[in-house]
Amino acid sequence: MSGRLSLYRFSSPAAFYPLAGTIGKIAALIAVVLLAIGLYMSFFVAPTDYKQGEGYRIIFIHVPSAWMSMFIYLVMAFWAGIGLVFNTRLSSMMAQALAPTGAIMTFIALWTGAFWGKPMWGAWWVWDARLTSELILFFLYIGFIALQGSIDDTRRADRAGAVLLLVGVVNIPIIYFSVKWWNTLHQGATVSVTEGSSMGTIMLQTMLIMTFAFWAYSIAVAMYRVRSIILEREKDTRWVSELPEVRR
Amino acid sequence: MFSAFRIIVARDLLLAMRRRSDVLTTLFFFIIVVSLFPLGIGPELDTLRLIAPGVFWVAALLASMLALEKLFFVDYQDGALEQMLLAPQPLSILVLGKVLAHWLVTGLPLVLLSPLLGLQYDLSTATIGVMMLTLLIGTPALSLIGAIGAALTLGIRGGGVLVSLLVLPLYIPVLIFGAGAVEAEVSGLGGAGHLSMLGAILLLSALAAPLATAAALRISAE
Repeated sequence: MSGRLSLYRFSSPAAFYPLAGTIGKIAALIAVVLLAIGLYMSFFVAPTDYKQGEGYRIIFIHVPSAWMSMFIYLVMAFWAGIGLVFNTRLSSMMAQALAPTGAIMTFIALWTGAFWGKPMWGAWWVWDARLTSELILFFLYIGFIALQGSIDDTRRADRAGAVLLLVGVVNIPIIYFSVKWWNTLHQGATVSVTEGSSMGTIMLQTMLIMTFAFWAYSIAVAMYRVRSIILEREKDTRWVSELPEVRR
Repeated sequence: MFSAFRIIVARDLLLAMRRRSDVLTTLFFFIIVVSLFPLGIGPELDTLRLIAPGVFWVAALLASMLALEKLFFVDYQDGALEQMLLAPQPLSILVLGKVLAHWLVTGLPLVLLSPLLGLQYDLSTATIGVMMLTLLIGTPALSLIGAIGAALTLGIRGGGVLVSLLVLPLYIPVLIFGAGAVEAEVSGLGGAGHLSMLGAILLLSALAAPLATAAALRISAE
């Protein structure tokens, strides 16, 4: 019982603030170490692909960011749902803190995808189902950020954003399958992202290390951002005014 | 419950008839957008026939989105919306009534006028029929989905631009299946599959969108 209570304790911004700092520091450290290892492996250890040459190394950035872009949206919707149901302040702050990271991941995935597409397919952009739905995901992130930014009342901003996120989550599978069907019907671009040889072990290991690095980075950035949001929203409370970094 | 629904529909239709210019604005926006494309692309009928489904659907999307602003705003301003929030009837039913009235005023005229514009694009009678059918099924879905965005942005500064950012990504499936049905019919594949998907989207949005809109209205009017 006491264990459960102590976990619930962290739904209070005042209790979560120092914990977020600790998690943020650890995650940042992990991210730096894993990124160093992962980047070294992706440039020097992983062998050159006999079909795609050196250009394939982009996937070590591209795939992790694409995974994160989709996963972060789900996490945001989860927190938004919790915030809407239980009316907890911190959950909405988490959703807000994750949004820019998710949008950046989506942008990186699109950007690196274009860099990969030019040498491999001969085009910066192809109306492939995955590319198109990733682009739409980017729009959904931007919509959420814009909605939250334009409402001054934080409580209303949180709840409106939560409804939008939940509607978006219901729509993502519909959008994905409609785009996929649209793409196969048109048969415009004959290339497919999914084709390709089975991946070598070292390449897979590198990609997994990079994925964990991206995870750690996202957690670290979200924690630092949620700390700023907590400070901003709770600036009139006593515990904030008693913080050493605020008093200084 | 049903009588409340009927009263809301009748009331909103009456209000719309008192302000006919609002209704015509949406309709003429649709006509102008559709008529602009031949001017931009060129008068070759082969090209126009090819792009017609996409042009019609994108224009319908934009027209439907522009009309959203009026959906709740007048009621929000004069306080009628607060009375609806307090009403004993479920808010989602009232929302459904408002959306239906809104579609009858802004969506249905587009459907009825599309054959005339189809002639401008030299479409065959069969194609025009399919186009009308897709618009008939698709535009109510647009109004239902758009109502969520309209409710979320109620009374926000710059709400008109914001609503496009929120709603247009959610409109994409309707666009794909709506324009896809017409194209499939033209190319001889048969648009039945697309039409079924469009119907499924309409049913799903009729069930889920009023609930989400009601939740959003309660948040916005708090």
